[in-house]
Amino acid sequence: MINRDFENYLDSHLFALKIRIKSLQMVHAAKSSHIGGALSVADLLAVLYSRVLNIDPKNPLWDARDRLIFSKGHACASLYAALSYRGFFPEEELEGFGQDGSYFLTHSDRKVPGVEFSTGSLGHGLPFACGMALAAKRKGKNWRVFVILSDGEMEEGSNWEAFLFAAHHRLDNLIAVIDYNKMQALGQVSDILGLEPLGEKLKSFRWSVRDIDGHDHDQIYKSLSSAPWHKGSPSCLIANTVKGKGVDFMENKLEWHYRSPNAQQLDLAIAKLKKGSHA
Amino acid sequence: MRKAFIQELVAQARIHPDIFLIVGDLGFSVIEPFVEEFPERFLNAGIAEQNMAGVAAGLAYEGYRVFIYSIANFPTLRCFEQIRNDICYHSLPVTIVSVGGGLSYGSQGYSHYGLEDLAVMRVLPGLTVIAPGDPVETRLALRDILRQRGPCYLRLGKTQELKVYENEPEFQIGKALILSEGSDITLISTGGVLEKTVKAAQELKRKNISATVLSMHTLSPLDKESLLKWALATGRVMTIEEHGAGGLAAVVSEVLAMAGKPLKFVCLYLRQNEIDVSGSQEYLCRRQGISDENIVQTALTMCK
Repeated sequence: MINRDFENYLDSHLFALKIRIKSLQMVHAAKSSHIGGALSVADLLAVLYSRVLNIDPKNPLWDARDRLIFSKGHACASLYAALSYRGFFPEEELEGFGQDGSYFLTHSDRKVPGVEFSTGSLGHGLPFACGMALAAKRKGKNWRVFVILSDGEMEEGSNWEAFLFAAHHRLDNLIAVIDYNKMQALGQVSDILGLEPLGEKLKSFRWSVRDIDGHDHDQIYKSLSSAPWHKGSPSCLIANTVKGKGVDFMENKLEWHYRSPNAQQLDLAIAKLKKGSHA
Repeated sequence: MRKAFIQELVAQARIHPDIFLIVGDLGFSVIEPFVEEFPERFLNAGIAEQNMAGVAAGLAYEGYRVFIYSIANFPTLRCFEQIRNDICYHSLPVTIVSVGGGLSYGSQGYSHYGLEDLAVMRVLPGLTVIAPGDPVETRLALRDILRQRGPCYLRLGKTQELKVYENEPEFQIGKALILSEGSDITLISTGGVLEKTVKAAQELKRKNISATVLSMHTLSPLDKESLLKWALATGRVMTIEEHGAGGLAAVVSEVLAMAGKPLKFVCLYLRQNEIDVSGSQEYLCRRQGISDENIVQTALTMCK
């Protein structure tokens, strides 16, 4: 059951818009980086936190909750924004993002309410989630574990150990979501250490795989709310996304893996988002 | 030590329903009693140590007290970042059990020697680091690990280490055990070389040298109090370990250097550039001076 204290944001498009605007403001204020990946994952987070996850923001460690592991920790501005708007902590706390003495680190940190697991080094989230999913199976619990991965981090060997593991142990309570924005730190994934055919690889690892538009909320919702898609198989959603999505001058531009928008760029970006939003 | 560990783990698992054992496809003829009695709390994670450490952290996060069991470098160096980030940073109750510390795997070669594990594990914040001296200390260490929460590293020998203790001593993590009290020199050992150290002290006694023997089974947190007390009382300190640079010798050096007192101090540890031939554990250790005879000779020189 989804908590119904969230009526203001049941519209996931409005939720996504707010996540994007807040992420831009946070990255601008902190002069931090990774806004491109924060924008590409925003729709996935918006749908998960508004319509899919069974959670209670007033009780972040409620035993029966669905778990979400954000393995692409560098894009956590959007995760923190989502958690705040979902009610885990007041919006004002986000002003600490990346500031001296704050626990809002610019790679997701467990001290932030709602963050289950600190990440930053890639390839750690999926094995940890496998442990959680195995615990649920052994204890007979029926909550699910979602993991959001970047495409670049699929190059880490630890993930492929975990893909083997999850299928072998029939962890159908585990759902991996790959934010496939096709870019990594120094260029195109396909030029650096290509993943294709990604879906075929995962299927051959005995995962149940779906390939969708990672900005289409209906597709995201239908896929994630209905997982597991095959009893006994872990699910992987390949979400095809655009790095920098929603801000035209950031879209598919490598430099926005690093740059922080200045005041003028921030205003322009927010205007572009508002103009282009479905909300 | 391996057998003592598993026997005690089985006994404790009957009391603690949250104990969970993970092996990295190793432990043939050792782990079977646990697997038979607690199949629902056992997992062979396969030959995939990074995932194994991450899975252990996930299980511990969900309420299990997890023990990872593997050989020498495989559950330590191979997945060091998972231990650092996933287990230690999250303060999870995972105990990494590494069998075959030092040169236990004798002729099997460099890949199987645990020479750096204590050095790298002891620098991780919040990680308790224990190298028991014999099967009795192993059992007692395991019981004390279960009294605390938080991550732990437990380094075990492989072969049938002799029981040093006839009766169970009062064991406490972070508190050195005093096997004999003497006034001429303090011999400090960690891990399975305790037996050699005790033998050496007995031989020294016959030569009229009275030695204090400390089993420094816990490297982190270190029992600085006992260390300083006996170092200052005897004026001479020797550390003995079946480990390379950075282990017991280093932690003791740090404390003694800061104490700022004039002391004679010698460290016996393994020099990695001298490990390049096949041989039994005993042979390889002897070649490097990790033997009761060399402890005696070194002590005699220091006491001249």
